[in-house]
Amino acid sequence: MGLFVAQLLTGLANAATLFLVAAGLSLIFGVTRIVNFAHGSLYMLGAYIGYNLMQVLPGAFGFWSSVLLAGVIVGLIGVIIEVCVLRPVYRAPELFQLVATFGVILVIQDLALIIWGAEDVLGPRAPGLKGVVRILGEPVPMYDLAMIAITPFVLFALWYLISRTRIGVLVRAATQDREMVGALGVNQAWLFTGVFFLGAALAGLGGAAQLPKGGADLLMDFNILAAIFVVVVIGGMGSLPGAYVAAVLISVLNVFGVAYIPQSTLVLMYVVMAIVLLVKPYGLFGREEVAGEHGQVGEPERPIKPASLRVRLIVGAGLVLLACVPLFGSNFTQVLISDIIIFCLFAASLHFILGLGGLVSFGHAAFFGGGAYVAALIVTYADTPMEVAFLLAPLGAGLGAVIIGWLCMSRTGVYFAMLTLAFAQLIWSLVFQWGEVTGGDDGLVDIWPSEWLNDTTPYFYFTLVLGVGGILLLRHAAHSPFGYALRASRDSSRQAEATGINTKRVQWAAFSFAGAMAGLAGALFVFSKGSIFPSELEIARSFDALIVIFLGGVKTLAGAVVGGASLEYAKDLITRFEYWRLTLGLLIIFVVVVAPEGIVGTARKAAERVGLLPDPSKQS
Amino acid sequence: MIDVKDINSFYGKAHILNGLSFSIGQGEVVSLLGRNGAGKTTTMKSIMQLVRPASGSVRFADRELVGLAPYQVAKLGMGYVPEERRIFTDLTILENLEVGRQPARDGISQWTIELLFELFPNLAERQHNRGKALSGGEQQMLTIARTLMGNPVCLLLDEPSEGIAPVIVEQMANTILKIKQQGLTVILSEQNLHFARLVADRAIIIESGEMRFDGAFSELDANPELQEAYIAVS
Repeated sequence: MGLFVAQLLTGLANAATLFLVAAGLSLIFGVTRIVNFAHGSLYMLGAYIGYNLMQVLPGAFGFWSSVLLAGVIVGLIGVIIEVCVLRPVYRAPELFQLVATFGVILVIQDLALIIWGAEDVLGPRAPGLKGVVRILGEPVPMYDLAMIAITPFVLFALWYLISRTRIGVLVRAATQDREMVGALGVNQAWLFTGVFFLGAALAGLGGAAQLPKGGADLLMDFNILAAIFVVVVIGGMGSLPGAYVAAVLISVLNVFGVAYIPQSTLVLMYVVMAIVLLVKPYGLFGREEVAGEHGQVGEPERPIKPASLRVRLIVGAGLVLLACVPLFGSNFTQVLISDIIIFCLFAASLHFILGLGGLVSFGHAAFFGGGAYVAALIVTYADTPMEVAFLLAPLGAGLGAVIIGWLCMSRTGVYFAMLTLAFAQLIWSLVFQWGEVTGGDDGLVDIWPSEWLNDTTPYFYFTLVLGVGGILLLRHAAHSPFGYALRASRDSSRQAEATGINTKRVQWAAFSFAGAMAGLAGALFVFSKGSIFPSELEIARSFDALIVIFLGGVKTLAGAVVGGASLEYAKDLITRFEYWRLTLGLLIIFVVVVAPEGIVGTARKAAERVGLLPDPSKQS
Repeated sequence: MIDVKDINSFYGKAHILNGLSFSIGQGEVVSLLGRNGAGKTTTMKSIMQLVRPASGSVRFADRELVGLAPYQVAKLGMGYVPEERRIFTDLTILENLEVGRQPARDGISQWTIELLFELFPNLAERQHNRGKALSGGEQQMLTIARTLMGNPVCLLLDEPSEGIAPVIVEQMANTILKIKQQGLTVILSEQNLHFARLVADRAIIIESGEMRFDGAFSELDANPELQEAYIAVS
């Protein structure tokens, strides 16, 4: 009994941090409709800044002042981010906003590395609360009790602010119709900035307040990100009490999980999330809501056309050139080009659902890594020949996409993005923790192709044929009636339904198809490397593909491929710099703000301007 | 009070307002008439800066509005009542009014919640109800009341009679006349000629983003072919 109570209390204490950070995320989303992916980074900054302040400010007063000050400082950093990065993209499509905040993550990661170094920081203990209290014979840290006591007050203060003050009324009104709030004389730009300040400050507070329990390290940002998404999804987007209940639920379950089923701790919260969503699709306290507005940057979308003869000839020539690479290129070149092709296929498969389907999936790595793991597992445990593995990997990934798609399809926009991310994390944590089967962190090794392909050049040709074939298949599907239906569902789901298209089913099918193609890319990957590790399932992998599509240009079919090729190549160059994340992050932010049409879109515009391509706007 | 001069407004590439000009004096109630798609709403939005005119000028109380943000226009005393009503359905009536609250400007009687409830008795009864629980007519009243909370000098009313029961339309006309007595300048866009005649002093007809008529209703009545050509006859 004593142990049970002690564990319950630990869970409640852990919930405090989770609640603070998730409440900030929820608040920011409610008003700005932006899912701030950099929220974990703000939490990390709060921890580091709080640590520095605690070194300077002595005593109990100093400790608590440091926590508050860290919140304020992080809030101000949030203001800088809002003004410089987010203001230009409020009216842009969701993807732009998500990618912009991802750029911020990269920048903050490197800045933190530069300022605080790679060593983990051990948090100071709170003066006056260093001891433990015996409750039913079990020791419970006094700091835990303090956190448990403080959280309801924070919840109440936030609730009061939102539901009982003029600012709260304005914030809720802006959640519903920002333009109208502006037309009634409220400077909504500052309202947004204010909310961002508050949300960021909550993340900073959370980071500083957990120092005595967890310290600070450079992985904190991603580690908490998935957890706060789960909390917000379970609690219901925009609901503060929901965030609190969900934070408690997750934290308590986690503590008991560690105690009784330690091998499943990471998986547990995603399972809870899946169950909650099956029962209450909008979370425990959430109400059905229309997802964020679909903004538009620049001109309306141009209809995609089948490639002209000229383009086909250029692509054909390029392929012939690629086929000749083994004649003059080194093994290294062949491997690099294989990597690029595999990555392009992965990105093209994501583009299929994202660009054509309008579904921003944040967990596409689940299918890439999933396909790779399917192949690796059946080769390892069933001695399956490679040829069969190449059939089963896309099928397995596709099946996974069918299931995950079914669970996510009821949501749109950012909800869909967060759900796909959470399910991808579920798969990642399964693979990571189920060590006996998947090898856990050590991965699976010795997955080599069959005899006839077991050399660089044959496998290069194999990759070329399957990779390019896959990309062409995706492209072909885009021009098929299925592709038309998919685009119709994206542009206007109501009108599409009125013409007899079952939009959800079309999107579900597209999601599954894209998953299968990502699985094919995964299979190509695993046999080219001979091994697979959980890192191929990570959030960062999904983000790679998103960034590629974004840089290449969302609105163009070629975007994913051009972006993929450029990024894989650029990464090869850029990762040689010490601070490549900073460089890449700034580059992403720059592109979001300055050239939102991506490489292909911008290049096409330039070509039209100088007369290389006909300008469609002048034809009318 | 308001001088619209040669404005051109676009939605994407669609050219909606085509060199539109008109002036409205202080205390006047003017009705913008015209068919669906003639450009009435875009005119309203171009004054409010919800649509930024590509060229031309909108002057209001000796200030140029083009280039300002909508909230700045509102702060100068321009009250906007949108066609789609756009009340905050998750907020109560009182909270909706709170969003609209702005300090009074000199010389204009200050609207209070009590005064507005006198003007719209239905709203008083349901002040703690959420916006989504209201009927169409009540929502329309709430939008007007919400805008009046900002103590505007000039009111832009976009099709207030649309989609409302005929009985309520009468009531609405009376309300607008009462607002007019307070000295407000009102621009009212309408397709309902009958309703426009009840409240407005002057009519402006717009078609394809251009002005086709500007004058008294008596003049318009003497010109049935004008009505036929540009106004949906009801």
